[in-house]
Amino acid sequence: MVKIKVENVYKIFGSNIKTALKMLKEGDTKNAILEKTGCAVGVVNASFEIYDRETLVIMGLSGSGKSTLLRCINRLYEPSSGKIIIDNIDVTSLSEEELRKFRQHKFGMVFQQFALFPNKTVLENAYFGLEISKTDKAICVEKGLEALDLVGLKGWADYYPSQLSGGMQQRVGLARALAVNPDILLMDEAFSALDPLIRTEMQDELLSLEDKVKKTIIFITHDLNEALKIGDRIILMKDGKIVQIGTPEEILTNPATEYVEKFVENVDLTRVLTAKDVMIKCSSIIYGKDGPKTALHTMKEKGISSIFVVDKSKLFKGVVSAERAKQAVDRGEKDLQNIIEEITELQVPPDAPLQEIMPVIADSRYPLVVIDESSRMLGMIARGSVIAGLVERGVSQ
Amino acid sequence: MIIPKLPLDVAVDSFIDYTTNNFSFITKAISSVMKIGIDSVNDFLMFIHPSVLIILFVILAWYFSTRGIAIFTAIGLLFIWNLGLWSASISTLTLVLISTFLSIIAGIPLGILAAINALARKVIMPILDFMQTMPAFVYLIPAIPFFGLGVVSAVFTTVIFSMPPAIRLTCLGIQQVPNQYIEAADSFGATQKQKLFQIQLPLAMPTIMAGINQTIMLALSMVVIASMIGAGGLGGEVWRAIQRLRPGMGFEAGIAVVIIAIILDRITQNMRKKNN
Repeated sequence: MVKIKVENVYKIFGSNIKTALKMLKEGDTKNAILEKTGCAVGVVNASFEIYDRETLVIMGLSGSGKSTLLRCINRLYEPSSGKIIIDNIDVTSLSEEELRKFRQHKFGMVFQQFALFPNKTVLENAYFGLEISKTDKAICVEKGLEALDLVGLKGWADYYPSQLSGGMQQRVGLARALAVNPDILLMDEAFSALDPLIRTEMQDELLSLEDKVKKTIIFITHDLNEALKIGDRIILMKDGKIVQIGTPEEILTNPATEYVEKFVENVDLTRVLTAKDVMIKCSSIIYGKDGPKTALHTMKEKGISSIFVVDKSKLFKGVVSAERAKQAVDRGEKDLQNIIEEITELQVPPDAPLQEIMPVIADSRYPLVVIDESSRMLGMIARGSVIAGLVERGVSQ
Repeated sequence: MIIPKLPLDVAVDSFIDYTTNNFSFITKAISSVMKIGIDSVNDFLMFIHPSVLIILFVILAWYFSTRGIAIFTAIGLLFIWNLGLWSASISTLTLVLISTFLSIIAGIPLGILAAINALARKVIMPILDFMQTMPAFVYLIPAIPFFGLGVVSAVFTTVIFSMPPAIRLTCLGIQQVPNQYIEAADSFGATQKQKLFQIQLPLAMPTIMAGINQTIMLALSMVVIASMIGAGGLGGEVWRAIQRLRPGMGFEAGIAVVIIAIILDRITQNMRKKNN
């Protein structure tokens, strides 16, 4: 379902907007317009849709117009031309008063520099949005505390923002946005001011929050890795124009222009690719049906030193090594009971990023096994398949 | 070609004459009401025994400022009492307090208006420039026909002279509130009023306090000038010393002004820092 529809939005800063707009539509460049009219071009003809409860990342370098575009959506900046439609309401045609009311319950915004009110406590900051909409004080406090709890700041309510670390301050910022229970979260480079460790932590937190609160999120960033991690879809912007819209996979594997290609060139693939991208099919034997002899035979045939064992419904049981199978055969055993190893530490879910998988695989005697949530075996990852996966993606770029 | 002198003086004179003739009944009424107010404040402060008032000031200084300033307050005020300038100091203090009070209740709203309304700012700022640069003596002359000789005229001129910093610094303080806070408040749908009272004024408070401090200092610097139209107080003492050519007497009154200035300045400055 479409939640937000952005139609041909232009944003121009300056006093001679009409002329600038006309020049822009005739195809003049940003610099020519600045020279002639003194107007700065922010956003050029942006059109896209945002679906309900998706996380859309708008990405671009500084000055690419991404923050401007975000501010056009809640009309902190008045679009110079074009339409913004949210839940079938034309936001661009709302009066001042209607817009205020609309903002009060539709949007929660998180800012790069946190923008917490220094004269208010953490709790007062958290319930600011509710207070503004003239909510009963008791409810304000209750919802404020709830929101602080949600972002892991229980017990910090009576502190002032200046007493908190950067990461904690942004949690307050997030709580302030969540407390009003908005449909749409607008996050303007929300994590860019945080140091890398805290940043990763906050990204993970946001991902887990997404599951809990289910909001439509528009997230601005200049960091591709962050975009790839957080976004369901990504919009890439350059010079105020949208260059490409697509899923992280599409952007990486099929860059629309040379600019996008350059942009994604330096991306750390181990953060982007997940277990399911590099896993390969593997042969297995069936627990209960096959014995050590069959295991040994299959391994010899495939030229491998260990084999995975599943049951009849493909549920993963464990691994058997050639050495132990040989011993079992020598002892005259008929089943795998004594020689099967469970290897829980080598099981990974399909969406585990390569970055996490690589250290595990480096120290392991066996390949990793990829397992879905009902512990069915999907495939395996050997050392070679990680490298192959990386090379393959690298080449296709 | 010789351009004859433009009759600006005549124009101003006839304007003042006209307004005095037609409206002085209003200003005179205001004057008598204000006189009652000023006199009662003065009488009240005089009614309290100097030792009690000194203790009160010391406590105030201690609470808002440092112990050093509290000690200075005690010694300074006792010194003034000892010089026999207590009653003159009280009437000066009354003049300063009332002028500051009037400057603040008029100046802060005007400052807010100038900060949030560009048109108001365009009108108010040149007027402030005029008020501050026009020699203060000039205000004394029309004050007399409007309010009569005495303390009300003194308050009137002092307010004109000392109000600009209250307006300017209120305006500046509000304009200096970082835009990110305004944007954040806007993004949650705050009204102008909510933004003003919840965000802008609290954050502008240190600057506004600096403005109030400046207003008090300017009001105090006006007391000697205002004594020329019968304000009395320490200024009156200085004025009398000038007329009789008695430097010692002038110095005594002058040092009393300095002591009061330091006490008021330190207390209000530290109020500002505490606020911060």
